[in-house]
Amino acid sequence: MAHHEPDIALSEPSADEIKTTTCYMCACRCGIRVHLKGGRVHYIDGNRDHPVNRGVICGKGASGIMTHTSPSRLRAPLKRVGPRGSGDFVEISWDEALETATSWLRDVRARDPSKLAFFTGRDQSQALTGWFAQQYGTQNFAAHGGFCSVNMAAAGLYTFGGSFWEFGEPDWERTRYFMLFGVAEDHASNPLKIELGKLKSRGVKVVAVNPVRTGYGAIADEWVGIRPGTDGLFVGALIHELMRAQKIDLEYLVRFTNAHWLVIDAPGDADDGMFARDADGKPFAFDKTAGALADATRADIAPALVGTFKLADGRNARPSFASIAERFLADEYSPDKVAAVTAITADTIRRIARELAQAAFEQQVTLDIPWTDWAGRRHDRTVGRPVSMHAMRGISAHSNGFQTCRMLHLLQILLGSIDCPGGFRYKAPFPRPTPPPNRPARPSEPNTPLKGAPLGFPQGPEDLLVDPGGKAQRIDKAYSWDAPLAAHGLMHMVITNAANADPYPVDVLFLYMANMSWNSSMNIPAVLRHLTAKDEKTGEYKIPKIIYSDAYSSEMVAYADLILPDTTYLERWDCISLLDRPISTADGPADAIRQPVVAPDRDVRAFQSVLLDLGARLRLPGFVTDTGAPRYPAGYSDYIIHHERSPGIGSLAAFRGEDGKSYGRGAPNTKQLDSYIAGGCFHEHHLAPEQHYYKHANKAYLEWAKDMGFIPAAVPMTFQLYLEPLQKFRQAARGHGAIKPPASHRARIEKYFDPIPFWYPPFDSEPGESETFSAITQRPMHMYHSWGSHNGWLRQITAENCLYMARARAKKLGIADGDWVWLASALGRVKGRVKLMEGVNPDTVWTWNAIGRRARAAALDTDAPEATRGFLLNHLIAELLPEREGGYRFSNSDPITGQAAWYDLRVTIEKAAPDEVGETFPQFVPLHSPLLANAGAPP
Amino acid sequence: MTSLPEPNQKKLGLVIDLDTCVGCQACATSCKEWNAGGYSAPLTDQDAHGGDPHGTWLNRVHSYEVGDGGGSRTVHFPRSCLHCETPACVTVCPTGASYKRESDGIVLVNPDTCIGCKLCSWACPYGAREYDYDDGVMKKCTLCVDRIYNETFEPGDRIPACVRACPTGARHFGDLGDPDSAVSQLVKEREGFDLMPAMGFKPVNKYLPPRPRRDHSAAPTPQATEQPVTSSGSLADRFFAWADKTLAR
Amino acid sequence: MHPAYSVIVFTIASGAGYGLLIWLAIAALLNLVPRDPVLGFFGFGLALALITTGLLASTLHLGRPARAWRALAQWKSSWLSREGVAAIVTYVPAGALALAWVFGEFVPRQIAASAALAVPCALATIWCTGMIYASLPTIRAWHQPLVAPVYVVLGLATGGVLLCLLLANFGHEFRWAAIATVPALALGAILKRLYWSAIDNAERTYTAEAATGLGQFGTVRPLDPPHTQPNFVMREMGYQVARRHAERLRHLSVALLFLVPAVAGLMLLMNLPNSMQIVIAVVSAVSASFGVLVERWLFFAEAEHVVMVYYRGGSA
Repeated sequence: MAHHEPDIALSEPSADEIKTTTCYMCACRCGIRVHLKGGRVHYIDGNRDHPVNRGVICGKGASGIMTHTSPSRLRAPLKRVGPRGSGDFVEISWDEALETATSWLRDVRARDPSKLAFFTGRDQSQALTGWFAQQYGTQNFAAHGGFCSVNMAAAGLYTFGGSFWEFGEPDWERTRYFMLFGVAEDHASNPLKIELGKLKSRGVKVVAVNPVRTGYGAIADEWVGIRPGTDGLFVGALIHELMRAQKIDLEYLVRFTNAHWLVIDAPGDADDGMFARDADGKPFAFDKTAGALADATRADIAPALVGTFKLADGRNARPSFASIAERFLADEYSPDKVAAVTAITADTIRRIARELAQAAFEQQVTLDIPWTDWAGRRHDRTVGRPVSMHAMRGISAHSNGFQTCRMLHLLQILLGSIDCPGGFRYKAPFPRPTPPPNRPARPSEPNTPLKGAPLGFPQGPEDLLVDPGGKAQRIDKAYSWDAPLAAHGLMHMVITNAANADPYPVDVLFLYMANMSWNSSMNIPAVLRHLTAKDEKTGEYKIPKIIYSDAYSSEMVAYADLILPDTTYLERWDCISLLDRPISTADGPADAIRQPVVAPDRDVRAFQSVLLDLGARLRLPGFVTDTGAPRYPAGYSDYIIHHERSPGIGSLAAFRGEDGKSYGRGAPNTKQLDSYIAGGCFHEHHLAPEQHYYKHANKAYLEWAKDMGFIPAAVPMTFQLYLEPLQKFRQAARGHGAIKPPASHRARIEKYFDPIPFWYPPFDSEPGESETFSAITQRPMHMYHSWGSHNGWLRQITAENCLYMARARAKKLGIADGDWVWLASALGRVKGRVKLMEGVNPDTVWTWNAIGRRARAAALDTDAPEATRGFLLNHLIAELLPEREGGYRFSNSDPITGQAAWYDLRVTIEKAAPDEVGETFPQFVPLHSPLLANAGAPP
Repeated sequence: MTSLPEPNQKKLGLVIDLDTCVGCQACATSCKEWNAGGYSAPLTDQDAHGGDPHGTWLNRVHSYEVGDGGGSRTVHFPRSCLHCETPACVTVCPTGASYKRESDGIVLVNPDTCIGCKLCSWACPYGAREYDYDDGVMKKCTLCVDRIYNETFEPGDRIPACVRACPTGARHFGDLGDPDSAVSQLVKEREGFDLMPAMGFKPVNKYLPPRPRRDHSAAPTPQATEQPVTSSGSLADRFFAWADKTLAR
Repeated sequence: MHPAYSVIVFTIASGAGYGLLIWLAIAALLNLVPRDPVLGFFGFGLALALITTGLLASTLHLGRPARAWRALAQWKSSWLSREGVAAIVTYVPAGALALAWVFGEFVPRQIAASAALAVPCALATIWCTGMIYASLPTIRAWHQPLVAPVYVVLGLATGGVLLCLLLANFGHEFRWAAIATVPALALGAILKRLYWSAIDNAERTYTAEAATGLGQFGTVRPLDPPHTQPNFVMREMGYQVARRHAERLRHLSVALLFLVPAVAGLMLLMNLPNSMQIVIAVVSAVSASFGVLVERWLFFAEAEHVVMVYYRGGSA
């Protein structure tokens, strides 16, 4: 018989029409192509031209269709008719929903706008939501950074005016050594994956520092299975070794940092530990050439880095570098001393330090790019030390995360590797001034906007939001003595504090895209109690009104009073803005949009448009015209085009001006969105080569950045190795200055607000206790928070989770693979199934993040594995630490920034009894799905 | 036609780099997504929002640990049809729905003639054959035969969906029968291997092994040249002396 | 392997049916039984009903039963196809024999000729059925030389048990049937014992290390599965029965399939009242039915597919 084969259609088009937009399956913001057939989404792949993902797409992005069509999508606005948590809702019209919300908000604004707590979760439009809060007049606003990674952002911004993810990236093509700290999957994910693949093929060494070895750790050339929370000690030991071996770039320090600035050494004085400054506030250095004190910011001096010098008033001062070096050269940071605590051998620490030094100092990269520095000095070539790093939540989510991250930046700076060829580069609009200049706005009067943006960067006690008695003025106690540098707020404390009326109760809680009654909160049972707690006297809920906006029926929906259903990412306009969290590369700023590729098939509205509508109804300044008409009647797209944050500067940078030809500054252009769409829904601006490197000190870059409105003036950013603002807080704790912390906080401020980074054990843990384990999570690469469980494809990959444990440790406890165990913390117990592995720090147990769901959330059946065999660690994590002396309970957060200390959790493990196996614990009462609500009538 | 075709020079297949796969599932979901509308459409799901969700996937990613203690490794491992040269899945098929293309070696199932007897899935040692519970026929990786020759695509996109998606670049597509092709060179350079060669089906897809680690188990790295210690005293003293001296230049 | 009841019923029913057909054909060739049309009707009726039921049951296993006819196409390479062809072909001499026995010959020597063809055709069909499994190197417990012979012998044994019942019920001389069946049962028992010993002691040469090519780094252990709930491959190929449980079931099948029918067969050689003989024959048939059900269930349940090393590690 002849070989006969069927005819196959080899050239079927994948679409009638292909539209570009930006993905929203996580916060990476990759460019995607949506293939449409008959107006329906048929296929999604990556846009090859897009700077972030360059054509690739991850497991989540490729599954977008199933998120867009998920049965857990809300259908219409809902009004709660049963008790909170019951899930009893009726569908209402948008008119009714908006009128209700407006009346609540108007009423609060007229009495006391701070009684509106407006917190957004995983949204990417903080420029708009923050502006709404500002115009409304409530300081009680933040996004989710406080429970995500504010430690990273704050440590970086205060230290060198940049940070990881969208703030900066390694110089991938030229780097010769790359270290990852505490990274599983994060928002820079596709760019990181693309470049890791290339680093591997180029033979560049990749070191993954993570208690767990999966993902990036699996392909790293070296995996360092560190004990959680001890990365600072490891980095400190690397610094120790580099100093000992004299592999520090002193010239880089002198040129770009405050290493040579003189610190007053006068214990007891009000300005002890502050920089010595002249009458104009300029810091002093000791110029060795002149043999005298001089302006430290001058380019033409030869400053001393060591020594003790006399100030004009006779007091002593030392370059900050001297104290820094003393600290890290001390024995406590020697590899031998840190080995046991970090679980990294001294030999490994020394070897990695050697490798860093070798890459930085013996593999220097020289590019034939001339550039001019801020002082006007011309350099014929651009030279760099090609060592780069990336860090994420494993560093950040600890109560020592800020100082640890500062240490990481110190390491990068000592190696001379910030914004140089092969090093770690800024992405526009960063670098920003160090420390960042904008301060958080103070509470306002009724019907009055705040005087500035609600979030900012305090530089001293005078910037704190506390009343004269020292009590916090924000509901989350951000910018109080509890968390002075809380740059991203503390969203994880809002519900607890509101219910406890500590510092005060609120009237309306307005949340967007934040699953606070589930995986985004610590101590979930307590949070549920707070959400449903009633005032004994009035019978009203302690948090009287809750408005919630989301596209999906998450666990939070049942606990709100008014639901505003959002569109999916394929149905909306959006902007990924330079004012917000852009998608720039190191070679230039970039921004992007989302465009609706399909229309909603249900009565939902894009949240941002709803917010603009509410703002107009409330007649907030900027939201209405002079005549009181809505300023952006067409909704979010209207705002994106026409809103100017300051003259000529709006959401999107490209195609500005009436002719659409201006970049960065220009009048609004009604065709702007069309131009973005024509370009693939993104725009990249390419800096000139001479602007590429040393941006913090690069004349051509700084002048351009000033023109763009990124920075107020074309002055260099000095790296703050010694972070003076912290010393200011410390001095207040020592009794100096007008604004002082309460007695209960003094010891804490004294200890942790060290202007030189240092390592301390995470709170309430003694590393090395044999009974307890660190319990942490990692984010799976194909699931993003709890969003994956409403996706019919992704949950086929992961619908339940288990507790991973080191095989050797488990054996000692008599625990075998597949056994069910109890995890216990001071707060409670959780039960789950064990999986043994080798690639985990022996004192650590971990699980995949946010897989466990409550039964019937996300339109899942009652017997969904997410409910019966999935579990969260959140139930074990207390949002408040035990009482300290003075009876005060601090939040379970970093004392400097308020970052939620998720990974400080310590547990004991015990095998479950035979009759306890089979189902996880705790089990919650299945939700009554709000999706069952009918229009107009109670169910 | 279940008898195997005359062997052809052209052997299209994939090369999977186990040293670069991070287990992100992009390949598995891109394949699922493409084939939800492509050649094998639809790839159905059972109980997608219920207690026992499962469905038809043509590519799947395992994670393994190999070895014990300090020398152990984690390896993420995607698996899909290997488009074997002498596949049993083709010869056991009673209807001829399962066949190997003569022109390029791709092994396919004809969904119009498959009776869903599942014998091919029994015959395949690699688990490459899926039974679609709704469609009642067998499905498998098609090597995106409906993409690789697709004239409505840009030439650069005429590659399998999984290859285009892979963010780390761990998947490569090409002609393993051509010794000069990029994939063949890659296999040679990295010592690519067959899975379960003892089965004798001669898989065309090749896997690249993980590279040796460069950690404590490797040969010592060259020492960076250290500055000679010129002065005595404590570590801090020596360091300060050096710092002072260096900046004096 | 997942014990699919449709497939189990198929092999048991068709095996017994072909076995009975073979015995009836031999009886016809050797004139061991008078040409009783009632016996013929019920005998061939039962045999063909079993065969047909079995074949229909097998189509229930298909995703597209309406396309089952396509399975006849690839007899050149596929044992399943060959089995289909052989089954269809066997209907011809079986039908001719049945018709001749019940209604009389309408061509000369019809019975002799059709019986002479029916035996090899039926044997070939059972053999092909066994070879479907035995030809798969991916399942070590099936890829054994004893598998196809055991199918044949058990078909003959179960068919023989049914034959004894039929003969006893319709008042015909059945001692010869009992004398034929008992050795078939004994042979079946011996072959099954040898088979179980072979699979228990077989060297499991397919390892997860070879399957993944990662053996150079050490033992391979799964960390995360590709799906947390079982997928098709795990459902179809991942079935496992516990060792102790399997042991008990093996003993049970030996007792029900071989011991009881053998004892019954020997008892049938004694001089007992006919009513009692019928009861014995019924008990024997029922016991053998359950016994072969257990035996066949174990044949599936104890079989491990090599793909599971990817899911479980270890070897197969």
